[in-house]
Amino acid sequence: MSTISREEVAHLARLARLEVTDDELDAFAGQLDVILESMKTLAEVNTDGVQPTSHAVPLVNVFREDQPQPSLSREAALSGGPDTFEDRFRVPRILDEEA
Amino acid sequence: MTKLNDYDKAVETYEPVLGLETHIELDTNTKMFCGCSTVFGAEPNTQVCPVCLALPGALPVANRAAVEATIKIGLALNCHIAEWTRFARKNYFYPDMPKNFQTSQYEEPLCEEGYVDVVVEGREYRVEIERVHLEEDTGKTLHVGGATGRIHGATESLVDYNRAGIPLVEIVTKPVPGTGALAPEVARAYTAELRDIVRSLGVSDVRMEQGSLRCDVNLSLNLPGDGWGTRTETKNVNSLRSVERAVRYEVRRQSALLDAGERIFQETRHFQETTGETRAGRSKEEATDYRYFPEPDLAVMEPSRAWVEELRAGLPELPRKRRERLQASWSLGDKEMQSVVNADAVDLIESTVAAGATPSGAVKWWLGELSRRANENGDELGALQITPAQVAQLQGMVDDGRLNDKLARQVIDGVLAGEGDPADVAAKRGLEVVSDTGALEAAVEEAISANPAVADKIRGGTHAAAGVLIGAVMKATKGQADAGTVRQIILDKLS
Amino acid sequence: MSRIIDKTAAELSADIREGRLTSVEVTTAFLDRIDAVDGTIKAFLHVDREGALATAREVDADIAAGKETFAFAGVPIAIKDVVVTKGLPTTAASKILEGWIPPYDATISERIKAARMPILGKTNMDEFAMGSSTEYSAFQKTLNPWDTGRIPGGSGGGSAAAVAAKMAPVAIGTDTGGSIRQPGAVTGTFGAKPTYGSNSRYGLIAFSSSLDTPGPVARNALDAAILHEIISGYDPRDSTSIDAPVPPVVRAARAGANGDLAGVKLGVVKEFAEGSDAAEPGVIAAYEAAVEQLVKLGAEIVEVSCPSFTYALPTYYLIAPSEASSNLARYDGVRYGLRTGDDGEHSLEEVMSLTREAGFGPEVKRRIILGTYALSAGYVDAFYGKAQLVRTLIKQDFEKAFEQVDAIISPTTPFIAFEFGERMDDPYQMYLADLYTIPTNLYGGPAVSVPVGLSEGMPVGLQVMGPVMGDDVAYRVAAAYESTQDALLADTAPEPEPEGK
Ligand SMILES: [Mg+2]
Ligand SMILES: [Zn+2]
Repeated sequence: MSTISREEVAHLARLARLEVTDDELDAFAGQLDVILESMKTLAEVNTDGVQPTSHAVPLVNVFREDQPQPSLSREAALSGGPDTFEDRFRVPRILDEEA
Repeated sequence: MTKLNDYDKAVETYEPVLGLETHIELDTNTKMFCGCSTVFGAEPNTQVCPVCLALPGALPVANRAAVEATIKIGLALNCHIAEWTRFARKNYFYPDMPKNFQTSQYEEPLCEEGYVDVVVEGREYRVEIERVHLEEDTGKTLHVGGATGRIHGATESLVDYNRAGIPLVEIVTKPVPGTGALAPEVARAYTAELRDIVRSLGVSDVRMEQGSLRCDVNLSLNLPGDGWGTRTETKNVNSLRSVERAVRYEVRRQSALLDAGERIFQETRHFQETTGETRAGRSKEEATDYRYFPEPDLAVMEPSRAWVEELRAGLPELPRKRRERLQASWSLGDKEMQSVVNADAVDLIESTVAAGATPSGAVKWWLGELSRRANENGDELGALQITPAQVAQLQGMVDDGRLNDKLARQVIDGVLAGEGDPADVAAKRGLEVVSDTGALEAAVEEAISANPAVADKIRGGTHAAAGVLIGAVMKATKGQADAGTVRQIILDKLS
Repeated sequence: MSRIIDKTAAELSADIREGRLTSVEVTTAFLDRIDAVDGTIKAFLHVDREGALATAREVDADIAAGKETFAFAGVPIAIKDVVVTKGLPTTAASKILEGWIPPYDATISERIKAARMPILGKTNMDEFAMGSSTEYSAFQKTLNPWDTGRIPGGSGGGSAAAVAAKMAPVAIGTDTGGSIRQPGAVTGTFGAKPTYGSNSRYGLIAFSSSLDTPGPVARNALDAAILHEIISGYDPRDSTSIDAPVPPVVRAARAGANGDLAGVKLGVVKEFAEGSDAAEPGVIAAYEAAVEQLVKLGAEIVEVSCPSFTYALPTYYLIAPSEASSNLARYDGVRYGLRTGDDGEHSLEEVMSLTREAGFGPEVKRRIILGTYALSAGYVDAFYGKAQLVRTLIKQDFEKAFEQVDAIISPTTPFIAFEFGERMDDPYQMYLADLYTIPTNLYGGPAVSVPVGLSEGMPVGLQVMGPVMGDDVAYRVAAAYESTQDALLADTAPEPEPEGK
């Protein structure tokens, strides 16, 4: 029985903004299945009363003082932009946007 | 065309339930997770760095001042401050959000379970606060037509990331039932109170017009005795007046739908500043799945109780306390003070008194003539182009007898038109009261000889008849005479 | 050995400081070696001859002027292309970043520049460090210098192959699930994954934030230790950076070279041994021979039980892709990198999707989808949340073990370098390469891989794992093992065949 359907992979791809091809959908669905089966073994582990580990070495209250540091120059900031115009990053029209 | 019910009829049938989500930009020196400056109005993309541009490899470090400011807000809103709290990533794609996730908080907000009391029409409403959490703002997107573009007719957008990463505090209320017909006023009063509290803390300048305070208004309707209805969330509500209008509009719109037997969709709507309408978003695609998870690039926070108590001890006088103090020192009754608060005039009057006006004079101008003018233009009182110092000067001129009320109103015209301080306007427009007694005596003589019968009456002891002569003198001097002085001269001459 | 490129970094450093060689001579020797053999090996994505020589000339001028220089000044280095280098192309071997020139430096890059090590260039890797063979690079396949039909390990196959083929004396790698140690093992080089948080991640292109650790790649323990100390230490720009002194790894590597391990207790993991059918017999044989050597040096072998290690692989494959799916969201064609489909017909949403589809390779997409799944509403508790709980158990296993032993040893990887294509279509088989390295990443402690011999003519690595901030123990044990050998394994590597064989 497969854990993850082709449709589900397509939905995940949309969430992740990936325009996957039909071939990829098929391949991924099969491959993810194997991986997810392995992951399901975690369900058998007893973790009652266990605290989660989010960081290898737990640190608390790591803060920065509120003192300005130099920003990038505008040229440097825009240097990687595929398309810039009037010192801004230009993007195509956005759906669902009040113009 | 959207069908709307009459508001009063709608609230006779349905009970509104409010909910408010407010985002406030903090005015820290630097952004939430990097050292970039937050000064408003800089040239585009000049206050950005690898962190807030989300360049590959950059990492966040939390701004202590922003955490402190959030705790202060929480304390001022009577919240519990978490012993253990952390940031979480809220994942969704949007071009003004450089990382395509917002660093926010999810299940463990910094502050929880507080309340704000507001008074509307003499009744107190408690608005319960669900949570206060810390997150980061997005960049700004400028939508442009095809004029700049390579493709004719295509609309495109230009993004400036200066605002991206500015600390943002989100304050979420619990649902507020029981406001009945006053839902719009309660929503407004809550927002105003929140703004005043945050301003008093000195952690944000809370300028709605610059977008440093932004509201989302949730509203549902239900029939009495029924469970709560489906709510809509209206975004972009960016002035106190708009908060009121948005609630009112949704009550009218939703009630019309319910009357017609239709159902309300849980949806995001956008407030239209120009028309006062709310409008549905264009697409109703699949429900957003934000895939929250704990931010692995940031450490958890454990605000020590000592730190929290230190912040609590440093809290300034909060607006409610301050209003009570001012009400006493201005000798105002509850009703009068409530009018001051509703007109959003506490700060203005306090500054006017500080500039030398008497409390009653300051109240008179701000609640009277100036409120009337603001209403005429659909403006907030504070948006009028007159300063408390100018009002104090105006009142001083009246007290000195240099202006009467009628002249003072003309002086206000000049100040609002940008002609300068009241003294300048009075001088330029020639609006001073005529205090030259020689000139006034001549005018009185003239009035007496033109109205011999009236003069006789006064001589006979009917002093009330003096009004006729005073009117004549005022007319002759184009209103620039001081009525009291004129009366005295008349009585002196005729007794 | 007379060639410059045969010397260790420590030897080269002494030669430069004491005037026997100039940095320009040394740097040129490695650049020439790259010219000679990288056409075959393909370890580098970008070579910066001019930049490297400029730094070398500065160091030489300072030495000539009698100015004091520090460890490894003038010794050239190669850097994995996942580390951001200002002014030098940085791609993480992905098309989505092709052509990107960073306007800033990673903390590690800053430290290498401050140490004045000439940067030879940027090395190949699996795209975004996702893989165990470097086959997932979007640009080229790096060959294993020991057998060019085989993979050089991954994700840091470029750095390992560059050092193995003597195109660089030392290199920088990054290790999320074994990406320094496993390439080290299969190329006969030394690799160290430091304690998480002891090396800054600022400027390291993120794969899995809670696991990524940069570290040194070298031919032996001492060179790795010296580089380790150069790049390590607290960085206020990384909130997960540990504000504590760097463990004394150089001292430990020198102490270990005395060959005395008396009183040192080494743990072998019962559950690894029980699952030994996962490891190839030749790998086990080489490993067991190495253990015998350690016992001869006085080490005591103690069996430790780490029952939760069995779940390390699935735990890792929930945590890493989940974090990656979010970390990689920023590659959307707006601020930098590739943009595809912006032809006026497509909306921004479509352009983002087309860009990411064109810019990411199959393994990256697979992991993004896997992570998106694991984080989505309804699954997050069962998957990501559960993985964080199991991670705690794995950590507790380590902590219990380190109450009994000073270090834990195992083979670095269950199999020798496999042939190209062998595991490409079966991701799960590929993931098994990291079976023994992954637990350490989940725990956060340090681990090194030291070459210990051959199986089927291919190198095998011994992994030495230490407690958190106990990096020095791992170096000491590894250096002690090296002292039992007549020559470094790396020095016995076959000469790469010239280009176009
Ligand atoms: Mg929010
Ligand atoms: Zn910044």
